[in-house]
Order: sequence, then C-alpha cells, then structure tokens
Amino acid sequence: MNPAGRATRATTRHTTPRLGLPAWVFVPAAVGALFVVLPLVAMLTRVQWRDFGALITSESSLAALELSLRTATASTVLCVLFGVPMAVVLARTSFRGQGVARSLVLLPLVMPPVVCGIALLYTFGRRGLLGHTMEVLGVQVAFTTAAVVMAQTFVALPFLVVSLEGAMRTAGTRYESVAATLGARPTRVFLRVTLPLVVPGLVSGAVLSFARALGEFGATITFAGSLQGVTRTLPLEIYLQRETDPQAAVALSLLLVAVATLVIGLTRGARSAL
Amino acid sequence: MSLRAELVVDDRDVAVTLGLRRGETVALLGPNGSGKSTTISVVAGLLQPDAGEVELDDRTLVRAGGRGPAAWVPPHDRGVALLAQEPLLFPHLSVLDNVAFGPRSAGVPRGAARGRAHHWLAEVGVDELASRRPRELSGGQAQRVALARALATEPRLLLLDEPLSAVDVALAPGLRQLLRRVLRDRSAVVVTHDVLDAALLADRVVVLEGGRVVEQGPTAQVLARPTSDFAARIAGLNLVRGHAHGETVVGESGLAIAGLADEPLHDGLEAIAVFSPSAVGVYREVPRGSPRNAIRGVVTEIEPHGHQVRVRTEHLAADITPAALAELGLAPGSPVVFSVKASEVAVYAA
Repeated sequence: MNPAGRATRATTRHTTPRLGLPAWVFVPAAVGALFVVLPLVAMLTRVQWRDFGALITSESSLAALELSLRTATASTVLCVLFGVPMAVVLARTSFRGQGVARSLVLLPLVMPPVVCGIALLYTFGRRGLLGHTMEVLGVQVAFTTAAVVMAQTFVALPFLVVSLEGAMRTAGTRYESVAATLGARPTRVFLRVTLPLVVPGLVSGAVLSFARALGEFGATITFAGSLQGVTRTLPLEIYLQRETDPQAAVALSLLLVAVATLVIGLTRGARSAL
Repeated sequence: MSLRAELVVDDRDVAVTLGLRRGETVALLGPNGSGKSTTISVVAGLLQPDAGEVELDDRTLVRAGGRGPAAWVPPHDRGVALLAQEPLLFPHLSVLDNVAFGPRSAGVPRGAARGRAHHWLAEVGVDELASRRPRELSGGQAQRVALARALATEPRLLLLDEPLSAVDVALAPGLRQLLRRVLRDRSAVVVTHDVLDAALLADRVVVLEGGRVVEQGPTAQVLARPTSDFAARIAGLNLVRGHAHGETVVGESGLAIAGLADEPLHDGLEAIAVFSPSAVGVYREVPRGSPRNAIRGVVTEIEPHGHQVRVRTEHLAADITPAALAELGLAPGSPVVFSVKASEVAVYAA
C-alpha cells in the first residue's frame, strides 16, 4: 500500500458504518477458523516441554534449521532478482501470447511439488535436458544444497510474481508517465518511481516466497534428496523424525511454525514502519 | 514556429494541427472528449500517433505514417514537461526531492539539484513546505509544488492539462495568477474548458470539437467573435450560424437575425450572428410594433446566473431578472419569444 492508500484505509476504518452482515455467515466463518487453529493447538498439547530444548538443539535439528534458513533466504533473494523483472514485464508490457506466458510462469502454484521436483530432475539432473551441458561445464547440481535452493525458488517464484504484478497494476502508470516527462530515463523511472511505489507489494511477495521456500518438501526431496547438513531441510528432518522419534518431530514442527511466524511478524513490523 | 504538430490518432478519431510560436501560450479549448488530452499526450510522448509529425524547435519528436523516415523521441528526451489535472507528486519523496527529481534526472548533483528545487519552490511561493511529504499538503499547495517540479526541468515547452480543475474553487484565482506570471514568456499549451484560463493565460486559442480544430485565433478575437458553438458557449454568447443576406444572417431553420456588420458581406456568404444573453428581452408573445428581432422558442432550462436568471431555449440564452421571470411565469416547456435589437447583434463572416 502506498502512504495515500494507507491513509484512506485508516479513515475508512473509522468512518464506515458497520455493514449489516447476515448473522449466519459467522457460523461457517467460525468453523473454518477452528479448522485452521485446532490442529495447531493439538500440536501444542503434544509438545513435551521438558525435553523441548534438547530436542530442538540436537545436532541434526540445528543442522536442518540452519540449512532451511540459509536456503530459504537464498531462494527468496533469487525470487526477487528474477521475479521483479518478470512482474514488470507482465504488468507493463503487452505482447502476443502474454496470457499464455503468465499461465506458464504461474504453473508451479498449482503443480504438486513432487511433480516440480521430477521436472527439475529431468532438466538439471545428470540425465536431464541440460544435464550433459552442465556435466561438460563441470557443474553438478542434483542432490546438492544448490538443488535445494533451485527447488525452493521454482515453487516460490510465482508467489512473488503474482503479488508484485498485482501491486504494479494497482499502482498504475501515471507516476511513471510524470517521471518520464520530467526527464527520467527508463532505468531511473524503474528504480526511483516504479519500485518505491510497490515496496509493500514486494515485501509481502518476498514474505510469501520465503514462507513457501521454508516449508518446501516434495520438490526438495525429489530433486535434492535428503542428506544431513547438505539437503535435509527442516521439513525433511521433521518427516524423517516422525518415523523414529515423534516427540522430536512435534518439537521441530513447533520450531518451524515459530520461525515462520517470526519472519512474517518482523516484516509486518518493518512494513508499518515504512 | 517553436512547435508544429500534425497528428492523427485513429481509435480516438483525432486529427489535429497545432502551431506555437516561441514564448507563446496557446489555450486548447473544447468540450470533454474533443481530443485535447490526446493532442498533448502525443506532444509529451505518452501516446504514439498513427500518423503525423511533431517538431519542436526544428527537432523532429515524432514522425509516423509516411512522409519520410519514422521518428520517435522518448518522452524523457523531449524537453517537454507536463502538468496534469492532479499534482501526482511522488508520495515517497519529500516536496524538495519531488522538485529536485527533474534536475537529478538530467544529471545535476544532489546538492545543486536541491538548490534549484528551493529556487522554484520559492518562485511558486511554497518554499516553506520543502521538507513536507506530499500527503501533508492541501490540493492547492500540491499543485503549486507540481508546477515548480515541472518548471525545474527548464522545459522548452510546458503542457498544462486542465491545471486548475482539481483545485479548490477558492484557491484557483491565486494559482491562476501564478500561472499567468509563469507563462508570460514561456512556450506553453494549456488545455482547459474554462474561459477565464483562456482569457488570462493564453495569447491564442485553438478550439477542438469532435477531434478536429474548428476555430483558432487571438484570444480576444475568439472570445468576442466566436465562430464555433463551443467558443460561443464559453464566451457566454449566443451564436446563430447561417448565410448572409444584407446584414441579416439566415439560419438553416429559416430563422433570420438582423444585426450590424463591421465589414460588408456578400449575400449567400457563410456568416455568424452573435449577441449577448443580457441583450435579449423575453416575452410570451411577439411584441407589437417593435423593430427588434423576434425569435420563437421553447424554454428548456432555467438556471441562476449571478444576480440574474438565465433562460435557455434549444439554441439561445437570455438573462433576465428574477422579478421578470416571476412576472412571465416561465417554466421548462413554456413557449417564449426572445427579442434582441439589431444594434446589439454582431454579424461577421464565418
């Protein structure tokens, strides 16, 4: 939201009279909310707080947590680097086949993650489409930390593109036109006008991407495997622990929820300070 | 000629030719949808014409649709600044940095650009607002800042798209005076549908209707002797178009208006009769024994007009006192006779 938009929202909050909602909507709304909240509560009830500290600070847990934070951060950076230009092209240009291009770019949103992993494997794996080329170049990505980052970026990128493209369309092109008539070249317009006006959209897109990357499981295990300290991120660790040590799995799940909540909370705070 | 623009935009049905001498201000007048904004968008470089050519100081900005190689100078390289209806100040920059944006874009170092911004803010009388954010400004202040921002680019041509239409009525006169001062020696095109803007700001007016130029000339002449319906309406004058017959103009419907011609007119020449609503007397019946023009009509609208009341028929308007209105008992739909002395009617060639 730009500052003007925020001001409008704040005033409507004070002045809009309460709409007469039909009473029955509160019932399905409450059921839905309960459906989302109850499992979290259930999980909390199963946490053995006595061992909690030890469980989440075990060597494998810490390795997984560190790997998750590192890879999710790296893929968020990649999402921003590639997603911002993609959103600009989709929002500010029109070309033949743009609708198809948009659908293809957003496809990972609706693809099952395990299918994403298989697709990546057949592209960058040793016997994949680019596998031979990469072998010649001496690059081997499958089953490395780089593969984790690629899998996460693949599934998270559309989140950033979607929210940023929406923000850019909402912002419109009027400020950009003004900037151009004031003598600003396209690069300057982009950096000094377009981007600053969509910072809130960019931040929420990046947060969504980060959250999606942090929770990534299917594509990662398919394309990157599960090597402790190399490709075994927190969700993979939780899945493995569930077989052998359910207590550890619950503790780590709580940790993952806490990290995600913390990140979202921090960016919220940063956003309202903007 | 400083600016010469010939442009055709097909999907808006606009085909306009516009010329501007250096230092001259031209008002582009016309009803909504007449092509005013389209025209200046093409000159600013925000819209590509289907055909035509725009030249500014011997530099071709656009050439399209034949006549030599196609040319396109992007908007940032034209030296043409645009002040829109809304100030559109960048919300994430301070007032000072908004105004410094143009100089910074031209490569002026930050300090010098801010110095220049202060100069222009002072010039438009709002330097004390330099450190504010745009959302902390009133509409009139914001438009002053937007003007300073446009001027700070030192444009060769300034385009103003209804610059006062979004400004509070009470603040418009002060801003108009400011524009009058600023535009005095500048090349500028002002889009407006306000007669005051044309009268106070422009040396010349160009009137557009339906995407075509229907009239142009020095402001005083166009307002005193309009030849287009729009110019007559904003000048607050009645206009009857027809053919000359002596000093009488015979309109298409057979309506004949006698007046005074300052130059003799050939019979059959296209001619125009113009008279002020205040010169019109209003009656229910044709007054007997009067040498005046008497024009029958049906009242379509009655509206307050200053201390008087404006009575409109389909084509003409008359200003009468509220007392006269009450005495005549007029209402929309009433048959009415407008009467005007020949000596009050100016007749001239179209």
